[in-house]
Amino acid sequence: MRSSFRRELELLQNSILKMGSMVADALDNAMTALKQRDMELAQRVIAEDDKIDALELEIEQKSLSLIALQQPMAGDLRFLGTALKIITDLERIGDNALSLAKVTINLGNQPFIKPLIDLPRMAEICQKMIRDNLQAFVNRDHELAVKTAELDHEIDHLYNQIFRELLVLMGEDPRNIRQSTYLLLAARHLERIGDHATNISEWIVYMVTGNRVDLNK
Amino acid sequence: MGIKMETKNLSIYYKNYKALNSVSLPIKENAVTALIGPSGCGKTTFLRSLNRMIEVIEGARIEGNVLLDGKNIYDPEVDPVELRKKVGMVFQKPNPFPMSIFDNVAYGPRIHGVKKKPLLEEIVEKSLKAAALWDEVKDRLYESALGLSGGQQQRLVIARVLAVEPQVILMDEPASALDPISTAKLEDLIEQLKEKYTIVIVTHNMQQAARISDYTAFFLNGELVEYDETRIIFTTPKEKRTEDYITGRFG
Repeated sequence: MRSSFRRELELLQNSILKMGSMVADALDNAMTALKQRDMELAQRVIAEDDKIDALELEIEQKSLSLIALQQPMAGDLRFLGTALKIITDLERIGDNALSLAKVTINLGNQPFIKPLIDLPRMAEICQKMIRDNLQAFVNRDHELAVKTAELDHEIDHLYNQIFRELLVLMGEDPRNIRQSTYLLLAARHLERIGDHATNISEWIVYMVTGNRVDLNK
Repeated sequence: MGIKMETKNLSIYYKNYKALNSVSLPIKENAVTALIGPSGCGKTTFLRSLNRMIEVIEGARIEGNVLLDGKNIYDPEVDPVELRKKVGMVFQKPNPFPMSIFDNVAYGPRIHGVKKKPLLEEIVEKSLKAAALWDEVKDRLYESALGLSGGQQQRLVIARVLAVEPQVILMDEPASALDPISTAKLEDLIEQLKEKYTIVIVTHNMQQAARISDYTAFFLNGELVEYDETRIIFTTPKEKRTEDYITGRFG
């Protein structure tokens, strides 16, 4: 009875890892699509989001039925509570990747008013946060989770930098406003991803230690 | 919340076998304390030490103190019969006496010298009401208690304990022989009883311990491994052995 429960927990963990890597891929593809003006790739990110949503529902159902049928306690209970919370954040990250893909489509093939440097840098850090969180989750490594959340400061810093830069460009020439607004939206989506990733780090700390901490400081 | 009972370095031996090893545990007043642990861990031995039932077992020897309101219950001048009036016990299998429902509940008060019928009637009604059984048996008080269902019998036994106005009620797996509905009624009853009494319960059912108790003590191999608020024991236990036991990773 308990050993089958152990197996179910492992399967659930694998599903969460799969969802995490689907989300990370979505972000990676959305950023590549933006950099290379690849409409097809952007469309694919949008289409794939349904699969992420479906997997979220599946994990949610599985977690709830394990709670009902196995009455988990202590570490198992914290694992399932964490699973239910972090899939919401992963799903939102997926939505942000989708929104980023939509920015690409809305921008069309219009040449960039500035080279994209900080946006890809933000996406890279987001990517690292997602992947490090997944590793911290699997290895029950709360120290790695805390370190991961610290990366969000860099994301916020880049976001503010992009914000100021685009403001200047818009002030210089009103023809820059349309593209600047889209790029600002793109930056905003990435900034939100950093916040969701920080939430995930916080839940991992809870899962391992039992303490709810605020890492968003 | 005050401390109603307390053990201090309590060790219990059955002949040469040490069944309990230096256990110090507070029992909080007007609260439910659950004792959990695998078979043979010492939880029932511990429970039986709290009203000196342990002395009934041949070859049992006690070291350390058990305090009730700060006084050692193993003090030579303490009368075990008086003590068991204050610290009542409910067992795993309901054990009604082969007599009427009324006489079962009136049994204790009669032993303690209550003779007058009106007073006995009052005590019986009050006790059956407190045990949430009155409505089900008020029309057949003079029928045999053995005709009651298992769940009703268990509540009758609790009424019998309540009739002598105890302060502490010890329960040794009181729901293990009951169906889910009777179990739910018993759990509701325990919840109500703690307003007036202090309750210590041994249970193998961890979900039950989690549902009804305020404090939980985990025993293993005759030792107290961990004691804390129930909420903490079942969400963030401090000891790995506790975690392993309650999540079923044991052994």
